[in-house]
Amino acid sequence: MRRLPTGGVLFVVCAAPLAWLAWGVIANSLGPDPVQVVMQGTGAWALRFLLLTLCITPLRRWSGRPAIIRHRRQLGLWMFSYATLHLALFAQAYVGWSAPLLWEELAERPYITVGFVAWALLLSLALTSSRGAQRKLRRRWLQLHRFIYPALVFACLHLWWQVRSDAGEALFYSAVALLLLGLRLYWRINERKRGRAA
Amino acid sequence: MARRLRYPAIPSSEITPESVYLRRRSLLKAGIVGASAAAASGPAWGDPDTGGEPLDYQPAKPGNPLAYTEEALTPYGDITRYCNFYEFGTGKEDPARYAHEMTVDPWSIEVGGAVARPGKLHLEDLLSRVDLEERIYRLRCVEAWSMVIPWVGFPLHALLDRFEPLGSARFVAFRTLYRREEMRGTRSFSSIIDWPYREGLRLDEARHPLTLLAVGLYGKTLPNQNGAPLRLVVPWKYGFKSIKSIVRIDLLEEQPATSWQSLAPDEYGFYANVNPEVDHPRWSQKFERRLPSSFLRPNRIPTQLFNGYAEQVASLYRDMDLTRYY
Ligand code: HEM
Repeated sequence: MRRLPTGGVLFVVCAAPLAWLAWGVIANSLGPDPVQVVMQGTGAWALRFLLLTLCITPLRRWSGRPAIIRHRRQLGLWMFSYATLHLALFAQAYVGWSAPLLWEELAERPYITVGFVAWALLLSLALTSSRGAQRKLRRRWLQLHRFIYPALVFACLHLWWQVRSDAGEALFYSAVALLLLGLRLYWRINERKRGRAA
Repeated sequence: MARRLRYPAIPSSEITPESVYLRRRSLLKAGIVGASAAAASGPAWGDPDTGGEPLDYQPAKPGNPLAYTEEALTPYGDITRYCNFYEFGTGKEDPARYAHEMTVDPWSIEVGGAVARPGKLHLEDLLSRVDLEERIYRLRCVEAWSMVIPWVGFPLHALLDRFEPLGSARFVAFRTLYRREEMRGTRSFSSIIDWPYREGLRLDEARHPLTLLAVGLYGKTLPNQNGAPLRLVVPWKYGFKSIKSIVRIDLLEEQPATSWQSLAPDEYGFYANVNPEVDHPRWSQKFERRLPSSFLRPNRIPTQLFNGYAEQVASLYRDMDLTRYY
């Protein structure tokens, strides 16, 4: 049986939300305030891909198919792409590329500040995502890429700080995030116990 | 940065309303009433053809600062599909989708508190005794977007006077209908609003000639999602002050608690006057996106003090520190 080009299939799947948003913009079907729709869309998909990226390791452990780790990089880079579009749109449509206004937003609005911190952490991961960087950095690469955990926490904070009258969405994403983070903690504790027993 | 948007000579958005008006006028002439449409299937954005009964009213006269602006009107389909009415959900399109579940007929308004003649008024009785007029107002939402809307209504003071406010009355409190079984947003387990929705004004603000009770827009009765059958419009304040689907009005001696202010007092003040100099912790208020906005023409324009109505209303706040009383 020929193997499906899973990388290619994944590419199409990950690009679909972007294509859908782009189509909405071109067809003018996003309503009178498309900027806000795309702002929310790119933000939501950045967070979803962040959570999906963190699902790879548990899936790999439980499915008995270690090969799926190959796809983690692609998921991570899509997440960063959505986050970067999110930021670029903010700079263009909300602050009109005005540096003083952008600075004011970053300094005065905590939800923007934490969003930016999350993005900066993700940037450092995206820049070091190549195999070459992985080889060069060795152990430090693993340490660096643990930044994904604080990035996730900041992204959730970014969402919580935006809650106005309904916390449903923030609650949902935070629950998934807690599950994924909790799992890591559980593994660590278990490993430590096993280490002591040996 | 100095990107000031100019409106083209004939804004495309003005063409749609024009045709609506013309058709409405010909309908009126022909004596045909009630082109109520099945809006449930969801027309395209900007589509002017959603429901409403034609109203009889005095059109806004160009040059009248209390009723008219040269700015391009926001298309009917945008005004009726892009709404904040959390009783029906927090998504912008939720109200258009679910507000039809609200019964608006029969409707009555109860007026009480510090008035000489408290009582209940049926909507038909009220409407038979007021003269409707058109008011083309800017609406500025605290979320930093804005629209230009041709309302049809009558000044709030016309209603208040009927109930004869006592000399001790200093504030007016308003309440929206609260009917859980017809308002799915109020049934959301994660919502933290203490229903019913409440708003308030100082009595002199309520009596100001700009303060309108609207029963229609674009010459037709209000769609439910825009606050049918009767809503407040206070054009120099952020949109959340313009409370929808009003069932109760009380005149009070003390400043009433309002919904958003109770929820987040550091974010939403009682006054909520549009003011580019007083920032909201979430949104910079210096600019606004005038809808419809698009990627190519974001329509990002500077926000004006009192939403451009300073000449009419600034005297109400003469001795007040607007940063403190936001
Ligand atoms: C410099 C960085 C960032 C800025 C300036 C920023 C700004 C914003 C703004 C202004 C909104 C509100 C949009 C609106 O409703 O009008 C928003 C929403 C959101 N952002 Fe960000 N953001 C940043 C980074 C991030 C990152 C890194 C993530 C996730 C990984 C993220 C996820 C979200 C989510 C999930 C929403 C809410 C979407 C919704 O309401 O459904 N943001 N962001």
